Amino acid sequence: MSAVVSPLREPLITGGKTYHQITEDICSPTERTPSVAWVIAFVVAVTGLALYVFSVAWTIWVGIGSWNLNRTVGWGWDITNFVWWVGIGHAGTLISAILLLFRQKWRTGVNRAAEAMTIFAVICAGQFPLIHMGRLWLGFFIFPYPNTRGPLWVNFNSPLLWDVFAISTYFTVSLLFWYTGLVPDFATVRDRAKGLRRKIYNVLSFSWTGAAKHWQRWESLSLVLAGLSTPLVLSVHTIVSFDFATSVIPGWHTTIFPPYFVAGAIFSGFAMVQTLMVITRKVLNLQDYITLAHIESMNKVILLTGTIVGVAYLTELFIAWYSGYVYEQFAFYNRVLGPYWWSYVGMMACNVLSPQLFWVKKYRRSIFVTFVMSIFVNIGMWFERFVIIATTLARDYLPSSWSYYTPTWVEICLFIGTLGLFFTLYLIFVRVAPVVAVAEIKSILKTAGDQYAGEGGKNAKYHNEVEIHAHHDDDHDDHGHGHH
Amino acid sequence: MSEVKHKEVLYGLYDDEELLLQAVKAANKEKLEIMNVYTPFPVHGLDPLLGLAESRLHIAGFIYGSIGTLTAFLFMTWVFTRDWPIIFGGKPYWSVPAFIPITFELTVLFAAIGMVVTFYTVCGMWPGANNPTLDDRITDDKFCIAFQTNDASEEEVDRLKSFFKGTGASEVNAKVI
Repeated sequence: MSAVVSPLREPLITGGKTYHQITEDICSPTERTPSVAWVIAFVVAVTGLALYVFSVAWTIWVGIGSWNLNRTVGWGWDITNFVWWVGIGHAGTLISAILLLFRQKWRTGVNRAAEAMTIFAVICAGQFPLIHMGRLWLGFFIFPYPNTRGPLWVNFNSPLLWDVFAISTYFTVSLLFWYTGLVPDFATVRDRAKGLRRKIYNVLSFSWTGAAKHWQRWESLSLVLAGLSTPLVLSVHTIVSFDFATSVIPGWHTTIFPPYFVAGAIFSGFAMVQTLMVITRKVLNLQDYITLAHIESMNKVILLTGTIVGVAYLTELFIAWYSGYVYEQFAFYNRVLGPYWWSYVGMMACNVLSPQLFWVKKYRRSIFVTFVMSIFVNIGMWFERFVIIATTLARDYLPSSWSYYTPTWVEICLFIGTLGLFFTLYLIFVRVAPVVAVAEIKSILKTAGDQYAGEGGKNAKYHNEVEIHAHHDDDHDDHGHGHH
Repeated sequence: MSEVKHKEVLYGLYDDEELLLQAVKAANKEKLEIMNVYTPFPVHGLDPLLGLAESRLHIAGFIYGSIGTLTAFLFMTWVFTRDWPIIFGGKPYWSVPAFIPITFELTVLFAAIGMVVTFYTVCGMWPGANNPTLDDRITDDKFCIAFQTNDASEEEVDRLKSFFKGTGASEVNAKVI
């Protein structure tokens, strides 16, 4: 074999797979009748989706008055949810683009599902700015189109408009990137199918043939799209943070916001990837492709970004004190000790303290701890956005207009509803598409498969021993932590 | 690409990309004209052996991106300096720093959409296309070398068959596409 592998690197594909087994393992879940677990999950998700449709209809019918926003707190759960979902939507492109440029092979096991998650999360995020306009049917006003009012153009200097461009560009580019990766895999599914199913997958695969020149262009396209997506993914949450940072509200008007938001986005995105991957790998039997090594790598990213976010929180506090500006000082005093102190505590506990557990290797490699942690981080990051948005607005410059905000049932149902929308889309995705990138996994098999570990390196003659050992290790790991 | 004439193809399937690469090398040595090579995943080192020039897709991407940059920047400039100048927050009409985010986003958007459309167009792929495939296992675990045999004599076909045998093909088939 030409591949040279470090015997020290943990294999990323276990179980001594062949190319055909990879195809079989990853494509067969789309060919079987759905399992009971899937059906139950789908029913729950669709119920959530129905709740979403109902709450949106209610909001439009009754008006924004059905929410508890007031003159002081103009952004509440709506924008909190928007920023939360957009943040979650950052992990997919980060994994598929930045890790591709860094040549991190472990991205291959999780990129497909993470990108799908990104797209669905951005769909959920996009709902909130639209709904909170109140008059949804005038939503097209945000686009610069020649109109009969002059034409009067949109304000290109406004961060809210930058956001329109950033989110829609991000959604489009992520979708193109994801779909281009799916095309060869849809062809694999097509070639295993007969009749109508074959015709459908031929349409989905754009009639891919696997010709050498097409692969060459496909790789070139993927690389450039990755190069484009890397600054794009960083720009999106930067621009979201501009929505706040360019205003003159104490607590928002800070230069730390862009990097702090981007780190938080990666943090929450990886947490959501973990939530989904831990379940997906188990239900679809993909433990050989999404291994503990993958989970550990992602937990390291969570630890790093969680700590960056923690440093950002403390920096904010320090700068507020150091600025000597009383309004800024009050804003942060109010965040920590004001009426919303509980959300600040929740944020600190979930985002900064709990991920520190991941300094311990045992916990990084524990499925149970990973899953619980991912839920903690999801909750913590929601609190963070709530702290930034509602807490800050509730106590502004004029004490006479101070207010307290609690959501109505409509706002709560809207949020739960987007979870329904998200999981409905994700569950459909795992039924119709290969959850792991089949072609890409095959291309790394000989450098990252466990039966090749030690091959070509100094341990070549210990090949068999290494193989047996690797298997043993893997079994041990999975049984040790996997099935609590 | 869109030849009306049917192609008679003789193709061999290999079980491993290493065998494929060696077979392509051998074919080059024997001066056999390969019609195409089909693989389940991109095989590195294949392009130079087949004499495939580097893809120019990234150049196209650069051009599309530049069009996006110019479109966004010039349009915003025109709107705020010519068509309907408005003062926002006491800033100049032509406030370049505020144009950067949208200019960047449209650069990326134009480059991405342009490249993807170009990719599918030059590859002859779109939803509803019906490109002939040689074997269903090519997208699974077989690596395929195909020769066109429309005008080949019997000896030439035999020579191709013995080439496949000699280079370790696990299967040799003929097909009209």
